[in-house]
Amino acid sequence: MKNFEYARANNPADAVRLVGDRPGATFIAGGTDLLNLMKDGAQTHDRIVDVNGLALTDISHGNGFLRVGALARMADVGAHRAVREKFPVVSQALLASASPQVRNMASIGGNLLQRTRCGYFRDTGSACNKRIPGSGCPAIDGENRGHAVLGVSDHCIAAHPSDLAVSLIAVDAVVLTNGPHGERRIPFGDFHLAPGDTPERENVLTHGELIVGLELPLTPAAAKSQYLKLRDRATFEFAVVSVAAALDLRGRTVNDVRLAFGGIATKPWRSTDAEAVLRGRALDTATIDAAGRAAVHGAIPRAHNAFKIDLVQRALSRVLHELGGVR
Amino acid sequence: MPDNSETPKQQHKRRTVLKAGGAAAIAGIAAAHSVTEASAATQAQDAALAADTEASAVPIVLTVNGQARQLRVEPRVTLLDALRERLDLTGTKKGCDRGECGACTVLVDGRRIKSCLTLAVMRQDCAITTVEGLAKGDDLHPVQAAFIRHDAFQCGGCTSGQIMSAVAVIDEGHTGSTDEIREWMSGNICRCAAYPNIVAAVQDAAKEKRP
Ligand SMILES: Cc1cc2nc3c(=O)[nH]c(=O)nc-3n(C[C@H](O)[C@H](O)[C@H](O)COP(=O)(O)OP(=O)(O)OC[C@H]3O[C@@H](n4cnc5c(N)ncnc54)[C@H](O)[C@@H]3O)c2cc1C
Ligand code: FES
Ligand code: FES
Repeated sequence: MKNFEYARANNPADAVRLVGDRPGATFIAGGTDLLNLMKDGAQTHDRIVDVNGLALTDISHGNGFLRVGALARMADVGAHRAVREKFPVVSQALLASASPQVRNMASIGGNLLQRTRCGYFRDTGSACNKRIPGSGCPAIDGENRGHAVLGVSDHCIAAHPSDLAVSLIAVDAVVLTNGPHGERRIPFGDFHLAPGDTPERENVLTHGELIVGLELPLTPAAAKSQYLKLRDRATFEFAVVSVAAALDLRGRTVNDVRLAFGGIATKPWRSTDAEAVLRGRALDTATIDAAGRAAVHGAIPRAHNAFKIDLVQRALSRVLHELGGVR
Repeated sequence: MPDNSETPKQQHKRRTVLKAGGAAAIAGIAAAHSVTEASAATQAQDAALAADTEASAVPIVLTVNGQARQLRVEPRVTLLDALRERLDLTGTKKGCDRGECGACTVLVDGRRIKSCLTLAVMRQDCAITTVEGLAKGDDLHPVQAAFIRHDAFQCGGCTSGQIMSAVAVIDEGHTGSTDEIREWMSGNICRCAAYPNIVAAVQDAAKEKRP
């Protein structure tokens, strides 16, 4: 790991300035992704600004929403009673992530900014358009079992790794930031970017912009939500495919629904097309299957990841059958 | 009681490496706990270009197993490397150095973390417990005793991490069933696959409460 300056920020404004002042600077929260990237040489920084001294760890109730501080730890948010009761999909996604030790360290803000596990991205011996724009994407014709089938471009097919992020789209979360240009509220669906021809840009944050928290609106759908994560081993592994669903049923009819997917896309992926198939319809196996087909419409399989297209539809089917009590 | 255990032998000389990589590293900013210090140090950047290894290392105090230990580390030194290479606490193991194996598990303020994924400079105001801090004199911690009773290791490479995680898992109350133990011990990989005996040891130790 290349050496760097270390500074501790005492309040958000200092943090923003200490990073904003210096192009090579970045924040550190849990350090669980940043330090791996720096050890691998996939990222280098000449200044690290420690934000762990900021008072951003609270989980509190607002008017119609739950507010979660950016520095709340994955373990604490996953176990929090209001999160478990009002946003089960978020709690389940968190508790299915990483390991207990990592969850004790890792923050909510850092989780959203974790970078892809694509082996070419993390290996400085490989070309990678995300790491060195214009150098090429070896995954497209290489090892791509873990890669995305949706939201891909000719420049990058790396899958977004966060479970939490997938669950947050399904509950209409809002990201709250404080940056060099003031405060912002960013709807979760607008936060991450598909690679297009700038795969190095993964989200809409500007340099020095600090995530201070999340707002999770309390809705009937969020309260009846579920996360299903399928992986290559029983636990402590990233998703091969995952599904986050939030469902508001009136009788048998779908009043409102959110469907989001992980492991299959270049960013946390919401399918409004699949939601549209369900909304206003009676929830039965035929509509669920139709929603699954809509979710993967336009998917682009590669040599090793075509199986995900089938797998994710079956995962969605299981979640909706369980959530909706459909036999 | 402060115990500066840095001996000349342990002060690593890495001038060449640092000159290549750490041009901007300065003691002032590295130690900075206040922003004013940090900005002042930023202005002193030119001076920093000449900074060498010693200048970029910062004095810190780590409280390990109840003892305050003074040392100098570069900001990039992980807690794991500080414990092993500087404080001679080699009970904590380095397996993957990437957060994937759990061999480096320690307790910080009572919570288990992976010491390879945090910087020593970030852990100055914390109470750190390593495997060396569990026994009371010759009295083994109940988890240590249970690991011996159940033969819960083969090569031993993962064992101190398993034990630290087991201490935490019992504290957290995640020992209701073997499935629950397996899930909550899953951050600790055992390449010898001593898992059945590890689970039995955790289950057994969970029955005892330490006074
Ligand atoms: C072994 C292992 C297994 C894992 N398994 C999973 C898994 O199954 N599922 C999953 O979802 N994740 C998994 N992860 C990833 C893990 O969840 C992330 O590493 C973690 O959430 C990052 O949070 P952090 O606080 O440690 O971030 P850091 O590493 O401190 O920071 C990550 C990035 O976010 C930036 N940042 C941090 N906080 C802020 C903020 N408040 N505002 C602006 N920028 C900020 C940093 O500058 C950095 O660029 C795993 C990680 C490891 C090491
Ligand atoms: S050495 Fe830290 S988890 Fe492997
Ligand atoms: S005892 Fe050998 S790795 Fe666990």
